[in-house]
Amino acid sequence: MKISKKDVEHVAKLARLRLAEEEKEKFGKQLSEILEYVKKLNELDTEKVEPTSHVVPLKNVMREDEVRPSLPVEDVLRNAPVREGKYFKVPKIIQ
Amino acid sequence: MNYQLVVGLEVHAELSTGSKVFCGCPTRFGGEPNSQTCPVCLGLPGVLPVLNKKVVEYAIRAALAMNCEISRHSRFDRKNYYYPDLPKNYQISQNYLPFAYNGHLNISIKGAVKRIDIDNIHLEEDAGKNLHGEDTGLAEDSLVDFNRAGVPLIEIVTRPDMHSLEEVEKFMTNLRDVLLYLGICDCRMEEGSLRFEANISMRPEGESRLGNRVEMKNLNSFKMVLKALEYEMGRQENLLREGKTVQPETMLWDEAKGMTSAMRGKEEAPDYRYFPEPDLVPLVIDPEWLKEIKESLPELPQAREMRLMKEYGIPEYDSAVLTANRPLADFYEETVRLFPNGKMVSNWVMVELLGRLKERNLKIEDSPLRPSHLAEMLTLIKDGLISGKIAKDVFTEMFTSGKGARIVVEEKGWAQISDESQMKEIVEEVIRENPKSVEDFQGGKKKAITFLVGQVMKETRGKANPQLVNKLLREKLQIKSKM
Repeated sequence: MKISKKDVEHVAKLARLRLAEEEKEKFGKQLSEILEYVKKLNELDTEKVEPTSHVVPLKNVMREDEVRPSLPVEDVLRNAPVREGKYFKVPKIIQ
Repeated sequence: MNYQLVVGLEVHAELSTGSKVFCGCPTRFGGEPNSQTCPVCLGLPGVLPVLNKKVVEYAIRAALAMNCEISRHSRFDRKNYYYPDLPKNYQISQNYLPFAYNGHLNISIKGAVKRIDIDNIHLEEDAGKNLHGEDTGLAEDSLVDFNRAGVPLIEIVTRPDMHSLEEVEKFMTNLRDVLLYLGICDCRMEEGSLRFEANISMRPEGESRLGNRVEMKNLNSFKMVLKALEYEMGRQENLLREGKTVQPETMLWDEAKGMTSAMRGKEEAPDYRYFPEPDLVPLVIDPEWLKEIKESLPELPQAREMRLMKEYGIPEYDSAVLTANRPLADFYEETVRLFPNGKMVSNWVMVELLGRLKERNLKIEDSPLRPSHLAEMLTLIKDGLISGKIAKDVFTEMFTSGKGARIVVEEKGWAQISDESQMKEIVEEVIRENPKSVEDFQGGKKKAITFLVGQVMKETRGKANPQLVNKLLREKLQIKSKM
């Protein structure tokens, strides 16, 4: 399976990554190789196998609706790259 | 050629649980920014979400009330996108196996029942809140508050079954009433706990294929939904008439300008790369639990509306008004239980009580006047102890003071005068003092008696029993004319 340069650009955009031209080339090749490798799984007959979403044999892990203390705001904002008062500050989102 | 409107709605309803869907942070609205957050809802590394059982219970209630089939097996998926209101860069949602599907809600349009199909209802977490522009006072930045991130949501997705603004409005109203009756969402649109997105397209009348649709966001009230749809209907119809095509895109409603505008130009369609959420195990709904929830469902608004009409003999209009919210319907039924005259109670509740509440901007739950007060007052009218006219004053006094009807009547000395001998004196006095009207009456002007009755009422400050006054006046005047 060949990953085109356009595919790489699309995936990079979704991940908000800016790639240099030679990187697009390089990652395209690597991604193609990975998919080629994973393709081996297609050899298995999974006709009668239920799709697996979990590998642990658990279901219905739930908690009661109880309010627990939140973090102090100062701790919440401690890792914020930029803050403004009690808010996280980010580059302007809409025009 | 005529064009037909086609609308489908996506409704987000925040569930009114105490804690968030995957962590113990409170869901309360209006807290200090970022004060209701923790490592789970902030998406810090190494944390695990744990599902709130009440969220599932509330969601099942909604699904049952909307006649859905409930999936025995469902699970959660990650919806991946980058936006600053989403701390994990994915939203936990249900894409492949929503917990409920194939439901419907009926609406009544001009006396006929119309069914609006619901494609599915799924569970998800709300995102945080971004503040821009004027709300921040900053030119180059936006601010983020994560208090809302992780608040439980159900998304109700209808099929494109609505073909008029009236149908859309009815559906929204019914849906809101159902959610309120179920007690699972407070439906405060101004706080964002109930949000609508509309998919709208137009097609030539008789055409069965759907036209290109526009998704509309930023609709913060019923009124805005309807205004935006009306605008968009016109815009799309004009394009089609000119032989142009409608671009399938997402648009925002601009309330100030009264028009829609494209949200994200020509950017590619969203690509959410859903995949199963590995941090949450599958949800398998126990039939016993389902049965328990089913049995605990309250009577829903439409059923109650029908029952009230039948049980108390009130018109459809009255019943619709009274069942619009559960506390109001409870108030009505409690009053009728104490004073079994359905129509009389509905008149007083709809006109006087609702009017008074509106004036003072109060909810029925906060009314100082209780069902027992109203029933007591109506009993006084029925027993002839007060007139309907005085009753309005009694009502006002009860509403302000919260006192009972008998006490008010006693304190104010408002009891109706039904004592014949006492009344006779007043009637005779009025006859003496108004010879002109007496002459008119006896000369054939039957209407003159109304004036005389009015005079007696004035003398007694409205406390006279009008039937009695009428009877006594006629007796006296007829005797007089024979003399």
